[in-house]
Amino acid sequence: MMKNAVEISDLVVVRGRTRVLDGLTLGIAGGVTGLLGPSGCGKTTLMRALAGVQRLTSGTVTVFGEEAGSRPLRARVGYVTQAASVYDDLSVTENLTFFAAVLGVGVDEVDRSIAAVDLDAQRDQVVAHLSGGQRSRVSLAVALLTEPDLLVLDEPTVGLDPVLRQDLWALFHRLAESGSAVFVSSHVMDEAERCDRLLLMREGRIIADGTPAEIRERTGATDIEHAFLSVVAAAGAL
Amino acid sequence: MSARVTFAVAVRVLTQIRRDRRTLAMLLVLPCVLITLLWWMFLNLPGNSFDRFGPGLLALFPFIVMFLVTSVTTLRERSGGTLERLLSMPMGKLDFLLGYAIAFGLVATVQSVLAVGVSVGLLGLDVQGPTWLLTLVAVVDAILGTALGLFVSAFAATEFQAVQFMPAVVIPQLLLCGLFVPRALLPDVLETISDLLPLSYAVDAMTHLVVSTTTAQVWRDLAVVAAFALAGLALGAATLRRRTA
Repeated sequence: MMKNAVEISDLVVVRGRTRVLDGLTLGIAGGVTGLLGPSGCGKTTLMRALAGVQRLTSGTVTVFGEEAGSRPLRARVGYVTQAASVYDDLSVTENLTFFAAVLGVGVDEVDRSIAAVDLDAQRDQVVAHLSGGQRSRVSLAVALLTEPDLLVLDEPTVGLDPVLRQDLWALFHRLAESGSAVFVSSHVMDEAERCDRLLLMREGRIIADGTPAEIRERTGATDIEHAFLSVVAAAGAL
Repeated sequence: MSARVTFAVAVRVLTQIRRDRRTLAMLLVLPCVLITLLWWMFLNLPGNSFDRFGPGLLALFPFIVMFLVTSVTTLRERSGGTLERLLSMPMGKLDFLLGYAIAFGLVATVQSVLAVGVSVGLLGLDVQGPTWLLTLVAVVDAILGTALGLFVSAFAATEFQAVQFMPAVVIPQLLLCGLFVPRALLPDVLETISDLLPLSYAVDAMTHLVVSTTTAQVWRDLAVVAAFALAGLALGAATLRRRTA
């Protein structure tokens, strides 16, 4: 069996008085793994830990055998934050050209990334003049510049139209097929069905883990939203 | 450290400034207007008061302007998530800081050439020493502003707070730099404090260049300002954290 891309063990993150992540142990392999849960359940903190930008209280996160965030991983892990982390006062092309220079990749990759997120028509527009969905696609395009081995995407499809959302999920699967591990969070339950593996998260813990079909079957629910509710109800009944 | 990344940061910052026409105009025109205003104020007074105050102001403008511009821009990088993204990429902290220092250093060079040109060429500021050295002092001074701006941006949570650092960091230096009361005539405690502040050396260097053709003293002052700027950049690098809470 292939070694996991990510190994998380006993991960605890305390912020202020809140235990945001509460002793998480988890392995993530290739394919598209979805992280679903309500807003505020710790999804972003977990993603930040994978990207190596989160200060950990205790526990370890290793990616491809190295400590998350360590120097050898910086070129191999792509991380897209929920808010678009690009320069508003630069055009789409200028943004990508800059990040390409930092990452040491060529101009061809800039064109390919822009095409992958379907922004060819807007490439010379200043990011500040784009819509919210277009801005987050610019941010996503930056992560696609290098075809990273691990792609961590924090709610990449929020506010996008259904056609584009479908295209992006197809893109995530293509990346996974070409060997990347893709880790995507969402609070939209209907996106769950598109994942190879699904993690349901609530209050800093993983409450269900499996393929979407397995989770539905285990809970006897017809969709993931109901599966989520029945897992929560079962946990409350214990 | 990588020259490619440093260069990319500098080009990107310059592109952002070029895009922002109003800021660019303020950066380049405002110092010239203010120095002209100063010259005009002294027009009816006997003696050469402009020669006494002008050099100090030439040292002040690049410092204040670059301090403000840098602290706000860096804060924007921090709060907008782009800094975090860059630090999660293969980018050295020094690449980031030097990229900024180079970009703003270039802007400061143009700014200083214009301000010195207006002062010496149009307003008749009588400079005994070499004019190019006057410009160099202004540029190093601007880099000092950039370095301190980078540093304080770590302690501001909002742009509003960042602007408040201006009076805290700049005004004491402005009062004690010898422009109002010659530094030698300050009370002992204040003179010692003034000796510890970088702007004092920048103003000393400018004033010296106006009255004398010797440059040894100027180079020493310049070295002190440059050392402060480097220390500021080093402290700034220490505030860039790859991991945050």
